[in-house]
Amino acid sequence: MISKALVKEFQKAAGKENVMNDEADRLTYSYDAAVLEPVMPSLAVRPVDGEGLSRVVRLCNENRLPLTVRGAGTNLSGGAVPSTGGVVVLTNALNRIVELNTEDMFAVVQPGVITAKLAAAVEAQGLFYPPDPGSQSVSTLGGNVAENAGGLRGLKYGVTRDYVMGIQFFDVNGEPIKTGSRTVKCATGYNLTGLMVGSEGTLGVFNEITLKLIPKPAYQKAMVAVFDQMDGASRSVSAIIAAHIVPATLEFMDNFTIRAVESFSQVGLPLDAAALLLIEVDGHPAQVEEDAAKVEQLCHQHGATSIRVARDAAERDKVWQARRSALSALAKLKPTLVLEDATVPRSRIPEMVRAMQEISREFEIDIGTFGHAGDGNLHPTILTDKRNRQEWQRVEAAIAAIFDKALAMGGTLSGEHGTGIAKSCYLEKETSPATILYSKRVKEALDPNNILNPGKIIG
Amino acid sequence: MSNLQELIRLMKELEDRLVVCMRCGMCQAVCPVYTQTGREADVARGKLALLDGLMKEMLDDPRSVEERLNRCLLCGSCAANCPSGVSVLEIFLKARAIITGYTGLSPAKQIVLRGMLSHPETFDRLAQWGARFQKLFVRPVNEVVGTSCARVVSPLLSKRHFKPLADEPFHSRTPSAVTRPGASGITAAFFVGCLIDKIFPKIAQAALEVLDYHGVGVFLPEGQGCCGIPALSSGDLETFDRLLRHNVELFAGGQADYLVTACATCTATIKEIWPVMASSAEPAIREQVEALASRTVDIHQLLVKKVGLKEPEAIKTAPQTIVTYHDPCHLKKSLGVMSEPREVIGKATGYRLVEMLEADACCGMGGSFNLQHYDISSRIGRLKQENIRATGCSVAATGCPACMLQISEALSKAGDRIAVKHPVEIYADAIKRQ
Ligand SMILES: Cc1cc2nc3c(=O)[nH]c(=O)nc-3n(C[C@H](O)[C@H](O)[C@H](O)COP(=O)(O)OP(=O)(O)OC[C@H]3O[C@@H](n4cnc5c(N)ncnc54)[C@H](O)[C@@H]3O)c2cc1C
Ligand code: SF4
Ligand code: SF4
Repeated sequence: MISKALVKEFQKAAGKENVMNDEADRLTYSYDAAVLEPVMPSLAVRPVDGEGLSRVVRLCNENRLPLTVRGAGTNLSGGAVPSTGGVVVLTNALNRIVELNTEDMFAVVQPGVITAKLAAAVEAQGLFYPPDPGSQSVSTLGGNVAENAGGLRGLKYGVTRDYVMGIQFFDVNGEPIKTGSRTVKCATGYNLTGLMVGSEGTLGVFNEITLKLIPKPAYQKAMVAVFDQMDGASRSVSAIIAAHIVPATLEFMDNFTIRAVESFSQVGLPLDAAALLLIEVDGHPAQVEEDAAKVEQLCHQHGATSIRVARDAAERDKVWQARRSALSALAKLKPTLVLEDATVPRSRIPEMVRAMQEISREFEIDIGTFGHAGDGNLHPTILTDKRNRQEWQRVEAAIAAIFDKALAMGGTLSGEHGTGIAKSCYLEKETSPATILYSKRVKEALDPNNILNPGKIIG
Repeated sequence: MSNLQELIRLMKELEDRLVVCMRCGMCQAVCPVYTQTGREADVARGKLALLDGLMKEMLDDPRSVEERLNRCLLCGSCAANCPSGVSVLEIFLKARAIITGYTGLSPAKQIVLRGMLSHPETFDRLAQWGARFQKLFVRPVNEVVGTSCARVVSPLLSKRHFKPLADEPFHSRTPSAVTRPGASGITAAFFVGCLIDKIFPKIAQAALEVLDYHGVGVFLPEGQGCCGIPALSSGDLETFDRLLRHNVELFAGGQADYLVTACATCTATIKEIWPVMASSAEPAIREQVEALASRTVDIHQLLVKKVGLKEPEAIKTAPQTIVTYHDPCHLKKSLGVMSEPREVIGKATGYRLVEMLEADACCGMGGSFNLQHYDISSRIGRLKQENIRATGCSVAATGCPACMLQISEALSKAGDRIAVKHPVEIYADAIKRQ
């Protein structure tokens, strides 16, 4: 338990009303969106400015209190689940867009700004911030950077990492550290920005993030291609890329997911299709028309049984509504949903999808697979009820099998959801004992008391 | 019940509903209370986690959960946006009843709910006395909106601008009515609702005029009670049950094709809440409730979908009154009714609809939420007021008298000279002018 005197110190840093130590309030900061057991913190603090944030970090370090930063608490790997007796630091009062520079095309934001709010503000200025995780209406930019979040546009536009120009963060002593710059190029010092992206709150606490913006594409075209064979869909993906067309989005849905989406929202998807590809090309109108025609042709060549091209904005919305509802449609089938994101080199997608079907059969569990085919990043989604212990054991075994398959194909445990607690025990399999040791040394040097989100990533 | 184990046992009955929440946090995007406070305990995910914690004995103080559970507008925005389809309102209402069973109803609520609301006749009489006496204590502040404020400093009314009780409630002018269907061939039972009866009798009057104009027969039984939602949201199952049975008895017998109300909250309560709350009642009652619920329609829906409205006569010379429309949560989010009220306004000659920004954002009323958390409620109301003002309208319309109260107060406090009306009042007015 934290002493009354110390609670007062936190109150001085963040304001009295922004320190919560009632049991009930603490319980609401004991979880995130990962399927893990909740852990009770002993305090939740909501700093309202950078200075308050810095003081809170220092207080935690001085008192050896484990500190877990929490944005929207939507990550899927347990990164925002606190340590027992630790302090949860909320960033949602740090939600100001500090600067939106249209001339030099960058934005400076506080970490609690909601992804979709920045995207909308940027779009109002005719610019574009592409990373669009499915959670963007609630996720924070701090959380996106700390998880290196992706989205639907990764293939052409990359992920959060590709937009972080610089970060101003607090080290474990609450001292401000500056990385990167507001310039397109920057070659000074270590690439600490790179170290911070995806660090899940274990190496520092972000206070201000400088993000790159790009011009908004003038025109888009979306289409849905239907395949009666899984392989046709994957061959189309490879063919599109081999033809040097880079769609903004190239998404995949398997039959299980198609049926779930259709029964949930009746958008007219073919129930007997083995797979769907949802494709969007964007850019200059003439180029888009040309690319779209080529994509259509390639899909036909590789066995698409039908292709529907969206003719207007409303039809385009319908295409993406189908994709966006994939997760909700699956979620409604069973109480517990485990969303994995093992990723493989994209040429191995057909193999990976087959492997998911085998695992589903072998462990007798329901798995719907959809995801970013163009990135090799699939979301095998396991549907279960965690109260059913026997089945839950099979689920855990299946998850391990999914990871093994992905690694055997030269893939990775996570394309975008991060390591957190959920995957930390598998990390050595993907890397090596020396890699873990190296990472641990970095962590030890930067956080000698091990208070910054302990237990995450490297265990 | 004063036993914690019993509380936990009852909570476990909600378990199957509670596990549906996957803690994705998407409800943060739409919760009006969370948007104001940024506290996880205020959003559906946090509240569901608290109920889960209570059930799993991670918490031992039901009062702390009750307090947080009550910081909720019961607007259903979270449920409408939930990818997992959590029955948020059902869980919240049942949990309120279970926890209140443990903590007990506050003395003030006992007087209001058990002493007044649960006895429709007493309630009516008290309200009538209130209407007579209120002139001594309150004075008009904004004659366009029609609000009043306290004449003298009063701790209860503080800085509020409120709609006073009507001089004559609807039921004393029109205690009952039975008319035969005309051209439409339809008969509708009319459920008045407390707010319309006591504060906005003009809406009921207008509704009857419109139904009559379109040849809809009306069945209006005498002695109607409250739909029960104020009792239920306070966790008072006893009063809710009494009111439910009272109303079912009045309406189940009538030969109407539909049960219609002009109050979004009453419609949503009868249609959605009555059946889930009656699920443990005896079969006879359950069947009657289900039959009534399936016949219940919102008045705009009845007019547009069942009766059919005519194109308005084009009058070119008359100036058009600009109206904006606010979507009550209980119409759009609970029942999916959003185009029909707009169509009713669209068919009113002399009025022009101009959409406001975020027309479906909750106004912040939430029944007793407004009384208990006046500050948060007013902050949410102010956002609505700003969006209404920005349309340049002279009438703000909405299909729920509870929203009308909140919007009236927000507009009045901001000094806006904008009248607040129900779409049916607007339509009735247009008919008269033809
Ligand atoms: C429905 C749904 C859909 C999703 N879709 C996607 C998707 O398409 N792509 C994708 O990549 N992810 C997706 N996610 C996962 C999740 O939304 C992302 O990981 C997101 O980046 C988390 O943001 P957050 O604000 O919720 O962060 P949180 O969950 O609160 O925190 C995430 C991590 O960041 C750390 N952190 C947060 N703020 C700071 C800071 N200021 N300084 C240092 N560390 C910090 C936390 O300690 C934690 O370790 C989805 C999740 C859900 C529930
Ligand atoms: S949106 Fe639904 S499933 Fe997600 S946290 Fe909120 S209530 Fe739970
Ligand atoms: S019902 Fe409304 S106020 Fe209550 S939790 Fe849901 S969105 Fe928030």
